[in-house]
Amino acid sequence: MKLDKSLVVMLGLLVAIFAASPWIPQWILFIITLAGANGLVVLGLMLFMRLGLVSFGQALFFCAGAYTTGMLSLLLKVSDIILLMVASGIIAGLLAYLLGFLLAKYRAIFFGLLSLAFSMILYGVLVKSETLGSTDGFTVSGLTILGLVPDPTQMKIVLFGITIIVVMASLLFVNMVLKSPRGLLLTAIRDNEIRAEYMGASAKSTIHLIYVIAGVLSGFGGAIAAMVSGHIDPNMTFWTTSGEFVFIAILGGIGSVSAPFIGALIFGVIQTIAYGYSPNTWQMTIGICLIAVILVLPDGLWSLMAKMRKNSRV
Amino acid sequence: MSKIILTAHNLNKSFGAVTAASEINVDVAEGSCIGLIGTNGAGKTTFVNMITGYLKPDTGVITFNGVDITSLPPRKITQLGICRSFQIPQLYNTMTALENLEVSFGIIALQESKGALTTSSKAIIPSYGKTIRELALESIEKYGLLQYKDQATKILPGGVRKVLDIAMAMSTRPKILFLDEPTSGVSAEEKFDMMDMIMQVIRDAGTTVLFVEHDMEVVMRYSQRVLAFYEGKIIADDHPDIALKDDRVLKYIVGHSQAQHVLAEKSDA
Repeated sequence: MKLDKSLVVMLGLLVAIFAASPWIPQWILFIITLAGANGLVVLGLMLFMRLGLVSFGQALFFCAGAYTTGMLSLLLKVSDIILLMVASGIIAGLLAYLLGFLLAKYRAIFFGLLSLAFSMILYGVLVKSETLGSTDGFTVSGLTILGLVPDPTQMKIVLFGITIIVVMASLLFVNMVLKSPRGLLLTAIRDNEIRAEYMGASAKSTIHLIYVIAGVLSGFGGAIAAMVSGHIDPNMTFWTTSGEFVFIAILGGIGSVSAPFIGALIFGVIQTIAYGYSPNTWQMTIGICLIAVILVLPDGLWSLMAKMRKNSRV
Repeated sequence: MSKIILTAHNLNKSFGAVTAASEINVDVAEGSCIGLIGTNGAGKTTFVNMITGYLKPDTGVITFNGVDITSLPPRKITQLGICRSFQIPQLYNTMTALENLEVSFGIIALQESKGALTTSSKAIIPSYGKTIRELALESIEKYGLLQYKDQATKILPGGVRKVLDIAMAMSTRPKILFLDEPTSGVSAEEKFDMMDMIMQVIRDAGTTVLFVEHDMEVVMRYSQRVLAFYEGKIIADDHPDIALKDDRVLKYIVGHSQAQHVLAEKSDA
């Protein structure tokens, strides 16, 4: 499998950050870990965008992953991080597989809004579930790793390490998909679905497959977010959360598998700074940033890096 | 007598009050080259769309090599061995010419990997014995598109887009190929060169061809049989020399002067 130079750099950076994690301030570790969780969801969105689709409801699978972790921990007393991660990915993937039969039939705005509708149905169900804390949600605690019970500081580093591993594996997997004939087919379906069908490809099953992959990635993201923040609530599937993922996808661009993670990190930094300076109007700062990106870099921040690399070659 | 590989039996198709196809009965022999003629709206493209799965006939049965394909979607029909090109070339416009062909061979690679999530671009496609890249380059060269291989298809000249469209259809190694107005938008000077090249490749592959065409010179030169459509019906089905002298074909489709000109040119040749 051929790896882009940018992906090699990204993987190297992740390893370096992990190696330095004991010396990185906790709040920075927190931002990077959450960026990893968000980036996983956006990586799935990037695949949709390659297909010419936008999901406005990807928070559904993010929330499904988080609640799988939370419910297994709360109700079945499962505490192992790895087990919780795997279970969250599987449940979110299964949910995506089932919904995919319907979603894969729709295109354009119908696909986007139908995905949004499903996420809002889950929101409604969770809000009405007293046993799951209704709008308050509930806390996720008592996590272990392979039978060990690290102290809170060590746990943050463990979670950070697990996030890095999941992100790296996801980057390599999605890169493999995109570099294969399947990857070219995504762009072909976006460009001319009818022609792709006339060449023997099934756009519907391709979209369904991508929907499941994106669901699993989002499930992993949700599990990480639940374990890192230690709290889950129905807002994780609210439409504004899906909107944030779309924002990050636009911010990062779809030019590379690394772009969603760069976008997610920058979003996390902007959000933290904006919230710090103006807790009541931080959304306005985010909005201004989005307008600036669309006007100046319509293909996202990644296009800026691509341009810089091109210029350096010249 | 060649084997009959495609049969259309009593096909009918209406769009509201408009009858697009009426009692169409056609047998297609393996290896034949058939010209489909008719004025705009006569039912030629409807016929092609029904055979290739884009439209489902209201009544009637289509069989290919004994298999009923009447209700199959286009991708299944392509997989069975019937492919088509389009009047307006249907390409992947953000990709290069080479990538367009790589997608075509990539789809075959994915089909042959039997449901695998993905397969390597460098893997050999078993039934072709070559990699996707090798096959795409070979195809680009075979169709004379080498100088355009790295250009985005949206900026390619009309004739080149037509050839690429046909090259993509041929990449599936179809048993039957439908060409929808292959020379439309191609200059008079280039059309015969282009058709000679395409027909040679198609003959070498042993593919049966049905082509929709308005240019009677092209029809006379390449077809062994003509199906003339008028108001959704086939009004003549014969050798071009005979079909183009048919009274109704002369009256409704070709016109006396054009028919005389074309037939005279053929006899001169």
